[in-house]
Amino acid sequence: MAYTEDELKKELETKEYEYGFYTDIDSETFPVGLNEDIVKAISKKKNEPKWMTDWRLDAFKTWKTMKEPEWSNLKYNKPNFQDISYYSAPKKKPDLNSLDEVDPELLKTFDKLGISLDEQKKLSGVAMDVVVDSVSVATTFKDTLEEKGIIFCSISDAIQNHPELVRKHLGTVIPKKDNYYAALNSAVFSDGSFCYIPKGVRCPMELSTYFRINQAGTGQFERTLVIADESSYVSYLEGCTAPSRDENQLHAAVVELIAHDDAEIKYSTVQNWFPGDKNGKGGVFNFVTKRGICHNRSKISWTQVETGSAVTWKYPSCILKGNNSIGEFYSIAVTNNFQQADTGTKMIHLGKNTKSTIISKGVSAGKSQNSYRGLVQVSPFAENARNFSQCDSLLMGNDCGAHTFPYIEVQNKTAQIEHEASTSKIGEDQIFYCNQRGIDTEKAIALIVNGFSKEVLNKLPMEFAVEAQKLLEISLEGSVG
Amino acid sequence: MLEINNLHCKIEGKPILKGVNLKINKGEIHAIMGPNGSGKSTLANVISGHEDYEITKGNIYFKGQEINELSPEDRAHEGVFLSFQYPVEIPGVTVTNFIKTAINESRKAKGIDEMPSSEMLKKIRAKASLLEIDSNFLSRSLNQGFSGGEKKRNEIFQMAMMEPELAVLDETDSGLDIDALKIVANGVVKCSHEDNSVIVITHYQRLLDYIVPDFVHIIMDGKVVKSGDKNLAKKIEEVGYDWLKKEKS
Repeated sequence: MAYTEDELKKELETKEYEYGFYTDIDSETFPVGLNEDIVKAISKKKNEPKWMTDWRLDAFKTWKTMKEPEWSNLKYNKPNFQDISYYSAPKKKPDLNSLDEVDPELLKTFDKLGISLDEQKKLSGVAMDVVVDSVSVATTFKDTLEEKGIIFCSISDAIQNHPELVRKHLGTVIPKKDNYYAALNSAVFSDGSFCYIPKGVRCPMELSTYFRINQAGTGQFERTLVIADESSYVSYLEGCTAPSRDENQLHAAVVELIAHDDAEIKYSTVQNWFPGDKNGKGGVFNFVTKRGICHNRSKISWTQVETGSAVTWKYPSCILKGNNSIGEFYSIAVTNNFQQADTGTKMIHLGKNTKSTIISKGVSAGKSQNSYRGLVQVSPFAENARNFSQCDSLLMGNDCGAHTFPYIEVQNKTAQIEHEASTSKIGEDQIFYCNQRGIDTEKAIALIVNGFSKEVLNKLPMEFAVEAQKLLEISLEGSVG
Repeated sequence: MLEINNLHCKIEGKPILKGVNLKINKGEIHAIMGPNGSGKSTLANVISGHEDYEITKGNIYFKGQEINELSPEDRAHEGVFLSFQYPVEIPGVTVTNFIKTAINESRKAKGIDEMPSSEMLKKIRAKASLLEIDSNFLSRSLNQGFSGGEKKRNEIFQMAMMEPELAVLDETDSGLDIDALKIVANGVVKCSHEDNSVIVITHYQRLLDYIVPDFVHIIMDGKVVKSGDKNLAKKIEEVGYDWLKKEKS
């Protein structure tokens, strides 16, 4: 008898999250709980200047007065914030000059992830910063970049070595009080990446950060700050994985992008945090605030492939402050089993002749719920603002949901706003057609989903596009409906 | 090549085929005709292994091997090709990407390495010119926004690329104007040789002027009721099926 869908499902249910291993690295982890002393201790641990400590304490004070947002289309048990350890670092936090000094266990971790740091070093044109749990452990290609005046390092190092740059920009796009998770992050962020591209410099390689939560019971709160000075260009990638665990882990990151006049920032994410098992147990809560500000004639482009996490709450946004600035958002969000995603973007048009493009592709399978939520706002001064939005949903089976919540607020009558949306299902006739051409069902789904996501995949840098395609396949295994 | 013995099949509990017998040798072209709803498309789907069709009795042998239980993709790997009556759209997947995937999946199943890109490109060019397909067409999304004629031409292009041993053409002539019909039919003729076989399902004699069959079979009410040579098709074109109904009763 032909291989049935049920058999396929059964076979695939036994396949597990590929990155679910835990690495036994000697770590130093703070006791659980959050209070002023913990915030101070984190700051002290990192040997931070007083202004930074005060900044954190101010954020913490604000956070205590705030409430966790409830407006999203997500259902989950709120994390107990006193039950999390806010700092965990591989003990051998080395002052690395070369990758040879990295903890061998850690190198093994990266081998398992399919990232050979060694190869990174030698072959590819990707400079990488690696953050495990809370601490940045390795940054590659530092010297090559320094020649061009590019600063690419962990945010902790930046606070030490480039305090003026950090102090000037940190929290300017996403204020401490912006929202509940951003305030929490501002108080307790432990590490993350910092990047500065000087005037007129085109960054010669992709910059990349790899995040991983390793320790149990820890939250990850990384902070990323990318500053592109006038007429500069940078393409930045981030990737994320975590071990499989029964309890939910919290990830609340903040990413701020600043594109000065005539600068361009491309920011790409492949998010593959542990999504929970097939019964919806465990998985990462991914509550992330990402926002960029565009000055005159500058451009910020967000591209994200979201396949992981049990719950995703994330709206990478652009404030188009400068005249003739451009904001773009390209997203594929895949949910399977019991995953939930509420993701989208905000395009805030303030300057004249500002343009934004939103392409959102949601793929839902299993019993998952996938929502697009987006805001296009045109201020009274934004003459000739233009937006094009397209939100497409692809459904597999009868137990999942796709939702679209577009908000459009226009206060200037010269604005041109277009919104297109579609919902489709993978048809059995499509599958049979592929089968008849010798393409099995799993591969057929991958082909159809890749086709559906093509406009977004095309926006990813080459190195990531291949990984992203594979991820889509893995995430949807066993989802035939 | 293909032998079908006393084949009965049901879809959603409803019997469609009620004892079909058919034998097709290497190098032969067989035409299958019959009134609407007689079971022609069902036969095409059953041969290619569609899972909605349940075989309740009888056997299908392909190259001497019984394939009743074989999955559609395995049959494809063995060399069965179906030109669909209604080809489906796959947005975002180009004609080139689709055919490349199809060929390489079949090669993988046989333990052969992927076809090198240069060879693939060369082959695509050769087969595209055979069917008078221009290169823009190849980078369009599969069947999306294609005219009826383009869809059918694309089916035959895929057939030419995959070089099946048995091609089943399900109403490939429907929706074609006369010029497109000639191109498509010539494509089929150029691809057929002594080592492969073709089943042409059609309502019209017209197609058979170009693809000349060795045998013509008439299916009525789930059975082959009459077989003959190409003249049988001509007679049907002239007088219809009524006389066969009478003959049958």
